[in-house]
Amino acid sequence: MSNRIKVALIGNPNTGKTSLFNQLTGLNQKVGNYPGVTVDKKQGTCKLSKNKTATITDLPGTYSINPTSLDESIVLKALMTAHRDEKPDVIVVVADIENLKRNLLLFSQIQDLEIPTVLALNMADQLQRKGISIDIPALEKELDTKVVLMSARNNEGIDDLKKIIADYESLKVHSNFNELAQKIDADYFNELSSISKEFTAYEQWMMLTKKHNSLLSAEEKEAIEPFENEIAKQKKYQHKETIYRYQKINTVLKKTYYVDASKATDLRSKLDRVFTHKIFGYVIFFGLLLLIFQSIFDWASTPMDFIDGLFADIAEFTKAQLPAGMFTDLLTDGVIPGVGGVVIFIPQIAILFLFISILEETGYMSRVVFLMDKIMRRFGMSGKSVIPLISGTACAIPAIMATRTISSWKERLITILVTPFTTCSARLPVYAILIALIIPDTKLFGFFSLQGFTLLVLYALGFAAAIIAAYVLHKTLKIKNTSFFVVEMPNYKLPSAKNVLFDVIEKTKAFVFGAGKIILAISIVLWFLASHGPSSFENAEKSVVKNVANQELPKAELSKKVASAKLENSYIGIAGKTIEPLVKPLGYDWKIGIGLISSFAAREVFIGTLATIYSVEDDGEDITTIKQKMASEINPSTSEKRFNFATGVSLLLFYAFAMQCMATLAIVKRETKSWKWPVVQLVSMGVLAYLCAFAAYQILS
Amino acid sequence: MFLSTIASLHIGERGIISEECLDRIPLKLLEMGCLPGTEVELLQIAPLKDPMYICVNGSHLAIRKETACQILITKI
Repeated sequence: MSNRIKVALIGNPNTGKTSLFNQLTGLNQKVGNYPGVTVDKKQGTCKLSKNKTATITDLPGTYSINPTSLDESIVLKALMTAHRDEKPDVIVVVADIENLKRNLLLFSQIQDLEIPTVLALNMADQLQRKGISIDIPALEKELDTKVVLMSARNNEGIDDLKKIIADYESLKVHSNFNELAQKIDADYFNELSSISKEFTAYEQWMMLTKKHNSLLSAEEKEAIEPFENEIAKQKKYQHKETIYRYQKINTVLKKTYYVDASKATDLRSKLDRVFTHKIFGYVIFFGLLLLIFQSIFDWASTPMDFIDGLFADIAEFTKAQLPAGMFTDLLTDGVIPGVGGVVIFIPQIAILFLFISILEETGYMSRVVFLMDKIMRRFGMSGKSVIPLISGTACAIPAIMATRTISSWKERLITILVTPFTTCSARLPVYAILIALIIPDTKLFGFFSLQGFTLLVLYALGFAAAIIAAYVLHKTLKIKNTSFFVVEMPNYKLPSAKNVLFDVIEKTKAFVFGAGKIILAISIVLWFLASHGPSSFENAEKSVVKNVANQELPKAELSKKVASAKLENSYIGIAGKTIEPLVKPLGYDWKIGIGLISSFAAREVFIGTLATIYSVEDDGEDITTIKQKMASEINPSTSEKRFNFATGVSLLLFYAFAMQCMATLAIVKRETKSWKWPVVQLVSMGVLAYLCAFAAYQILS
Repeated sequence: MFLSTIASLHIGERGIISEECLDRIPLKLLEMGCLPGTEVELLQIAPLKDPMYICVNGSHLAIRKETACQILITKI
């Protein structure tokens, strides 16, 4: 496919770049990875004409080619690559008509790279309403390239853009950098550009300021070293470069861009006065949060029940169709429940990201960042940490990936480390059954369900743990904060259904493929450990049959007893017994120990495991039977109920605090590029969980 | 003329960014339009006095107080 035209989309955030990408590529999108970095690469294909196709890469939104966050650094990496065949053939800079001046800064930086560059002016449908007029032919002449007026949302001007992309070879390549360099410091830049013949002066300047010299030869590296040491000078010249670029842009815009100020509407400032109000601002934000959580519970339960039942049916059907044996067992007890365990969370996660995506699209999220920044900073985080912490209530994986927009490494790291404390969807089934066991189903003040209130307390506990842990990390981590904080407050706009939909699909995919693979793999390992064991395992069936030989048991009852005995003697049963002394002070026995171990696949596996241990039919549907079995389980040493109040609270606390998710650990490793942080997380959260569960059990029992 | 900083503006007040503080403005802010010689208006201050919401050169930006203190202006 080498004859495909490679197109890169670049632009400021909030310019409608994503809309354009969605419009050009439709559903022909895929998310890949940049080699060596973790940021996702969004690519799609677009048919330009009968015999021309383009591969379009959507680069993260950025204000400048000089990166300040992980997302932005991708832009430069994508453009300055050693492999010529990875370099784009043509770049489309997407600009919004209202902020043209600032958008042109990015354009001028990109144009100097001497790759054919087109300027696409988006939101053209709003020209009249905003009283803006642009002289396109004059602008094309000034910028020495093609300019397209378009509206990605209304699908206007897209065909013009496609034509220009198809005909990219006729675009002029134009660099103003030498002119700029002469103005800043002619001698300095002449000397710098003489280092390498292969790269232009601007490319060398980029390599110097971005400390990105891997493309240079050893001699050239040596020659550039004295330049690298003059950091203050570099900074000063970068400032000058920006000022001169803006001066040039101002002269261009004077000739081509006119605004009738009387037509400007003041919707933004009116809405801002409400949304960032010192009281209403918070009332609205927390109101929205409540509404979102309420809707997740209301809307997700039906599809979740359906998925639950569906996978139980599939397993049953497979079992009936295939001959009994190891392979069938692997499918029906390992793979199918494993996949089901992933799919079951899709409704909750999709609904939460639907809301988050709508709030981001409208521009409201920036106001939340503004409102929350100072509060979050006291705990070593940033206003931008709010979005990951909310996302964490669905799943920590997309939440941790959402921290990439935080430019300060310390703030980002703290956010990553504390996000797993928030109550994710996998904890809910565990909470639900434990609450049902230990909290009486009574009403507080006559109408408020005590069980519901307990769940609310657990949510609050998760957030509180996150905040407190963040504070401790803030005080103990010795990382210097070098970057600074700036958020654009974009215009409010109606969300585009297409953008929201694609965003939800993308985030959900991140969960399914990020967590899914690991959950599935561990489910299979757990299945193996639970269905194999040393010689005692082989004899388990016989001994059960022998023991109950004189009690006329129905066949189903017998097979449950056999399954239970087998599990007890399997590798995982032995593991559970091995850790029993460790978990006994928390009020657990070896059966719960097995549950804890198996929770490392995903927390909700706890219930399925207990169901098997207590030899109840695990059809997932019938929670009451598991509940009854759990309720009637007796602790032999005290001859009291096993799941009494003390053990229940101890377990709830353990699940609230412990880091029992391998998939999250893997993502943390990927995002922090070291094993250090996931290990810190695993150990410290584990110790905290253990101590809290221990204290709770000892005090309450 | 008397110099102050963005942090000392009241809501709705405006100032012109001074040429003298070019090196103290972070590059990214400069690139987002916060240039010497241009007008800056303080639109809103977050409830805990920080961050500050400004409009400069058509960009609507929220910056922290520590950054706002760095940017010298002459009030108008």
